[in-house]
Amino acid sequence: MTQLPDTGWVAVVKRDCPTCELTESVLATLAQATSLTVYTQDDPTFPESVPHDYDGSLDVSHGLKIEVVPTLLRRENGQEVARTYGWDKAEWQKLTGLATLGADLPDLRPGCGAKNIEPGVIEDLLVRHGETGLQARKVEIGSGEDEIEAMFDRGWSDGLPVVPPTEARVLRMLSGTARDPQEVIGKVPSDLADCTVEKVAINAVMAGCKPEYLPVVLAAVEAVLEEPFAMHGVLATTMYVSPVVVVNGPIRRHIGMNMKGNALGQGFRANNTIGRALQLVIRNVGGGRPQEVDRATLGNPGKLSYCIAEDEEGSCWESLATERGVPEGKSAVTVFAGYGLQGIVDQKSRTPESLAQSFAESLKALQHTKLYPGADAIVVVCPEHERTFREAGWSKAKLYEELHARTQRLADEIRPGTGGIAEGTTAFADGTMAKKFRDGGIMIVRAGGGAGMFSGIIGGWSASGEKGSSPVTREIRL
Amino acid sequence: MTTILDPTAERSIAARPRLARPESLDGLKVGLLDIAKSKGDIFLDRLEQRLSERGLEVIRYAKPTNTRPAPTPLYQQIADEVDVVIEALSD
Repeated sequence: MTQLPDTGWVAVVKRDCPTCELTESVLATLAQATSLTVYTQDDPTFPESVPHDYDGSLDVSHGLKIEVVPTLLRRENGQEVARTYGWDKAEWQKLTGLATLGADLPDLRPGCGAKNIEPGVIEDLLVRHGETGLQARKVEIGSGEDEIEAMFDRGWSDGLPVVPPTEARVLRMLSGTARDPQEVIGKVPSDLADCTVEKVAINAVMAGCKPEYLPVVLAAVEAVLEEPFAMHGVLATTMYVSPVVVVNGPIRRHIGMNMKGNALGQGFRANNTIGRALQLVIRNVGGGRPQEVDRATLGNPGKLSYCIAEDEEGSCWESLATERGVPEGKSAVTVFAGYGLQGIVDQKSRTPESLAQSFAESLKALQHTKLYPGADAIVVVCPEHERTFREAGWSKAKLYEELHARTQRLADEIRPGTGGIAEGTTAFADGTMAKKFRDGGIMIVRAGGGAGMFSGIIGGWSASGEKGSSPVTREIRL
Repeated sequence: MTTILDPTAERSIAARPRLARPESLDGLKVGLLDIAKSKGDIFLDRLEQRLSERGLEVIRYAKPTNTRPAPTPLYQQIADEVDVVIEALSD
């Protein structure tokens, strides 16, 4: 490989570029007239008529910061003094001082993208040249080791295989956000370690996210770190809960989230990996692990990943984010300390009153039929149930009002000991109606497939509201 | 050699330490594993005698051959039944 000349002309070309092919004769002329070093990016035989070097590794192109081919540049005494790219006859003639250079060629032809900045290539070059800017500690996996096993062995996995976070993968992940990789998002409990955008990106790679999902993951991490969410308590509790993420706004469609059939289940990469990435951050950055700080008795399957998207289009109600103050047209996440799914099966109700009563009877059983107040809850209303409310003209506010009213029970009936059950509530005076939910303790989200009169309840934490965790909504920043 | 980036808060060293040895064998069940090399059993018989004299519970195991790693059911059984294991490597 010819060294870059301290003084002389340098051209960078590739065969797979019509403009580069066009300028072959010009380069030949230039090579005769003066000192010219030509580097080819893709084909060692091009250009045939001009002596050239093959920059197959693209190291020279990378060092010269080539973006377009052909690029013609002038160096003097080790410094670059002039550069042009693409074919611009007047410009090439002026720069080289050769007044008739390429006279028979057209005046202008645009160049092509240089190979060294192609996606997939640029990341490898940055890694090879040590220019990634990434700060996380590097861990070497021996050539005899299986990378997937090595990550299990190090305790970085949530029980399922994780994608090895190579530098190239993490760089690609970071292309999904404009934020500075070293920006500190907050301190993750329980270790209260600083979490940077880069650390989130590493865990997002492990979860299997695409770069375009990263802004959602970042918003979810920021949301659970907000004080009202009480992440430390949510992690440490013996109860079932962990962060449930609800996504609203245009980003759902942009990244291919599922809000229809199997809305709470598997099979859709965005839903499943975004929820997973959040849990991996909690585990790996925060140090929160089962049977350690996480004391959950049973936990719930959603602790692997629990991220859902609301089906906003065609709903008669405003979205959860809109209800919670996010401007229309913006994307947001709402995080909720929740668990599992309790089904509400009602295939016979045709009036909103009957359906609301079905919802209420199911809600009364949340945690325990006699525990009042219980916990917060998300009610996931399927489209066929939402239709019933829509046709009757019930607004969201109306449904909330009805659910809060219909879930009340006479305090006398839910005292410890009634019904042969020692568990119960003493918080309400005899003869009064006990409320199951605090104000704002129910959130409605519409989602699910078009067929099936099956809604569901995502239960919350007994310590809901000020005494524990409150849901947090956060706009997504790209 | 693959380089990956550390997803943790980096509060512990990157190299993984071995499991700590117990400070004493008191109250532990000891497994003695014969790897099927010649006269390993003689050595383990003597070990079993001395450990039993100390009041320790000892369970004997044997690999079918010294030329291959222990079969999976065998090491799972050992992991399940005892707290520490001593292998005889003799010759």
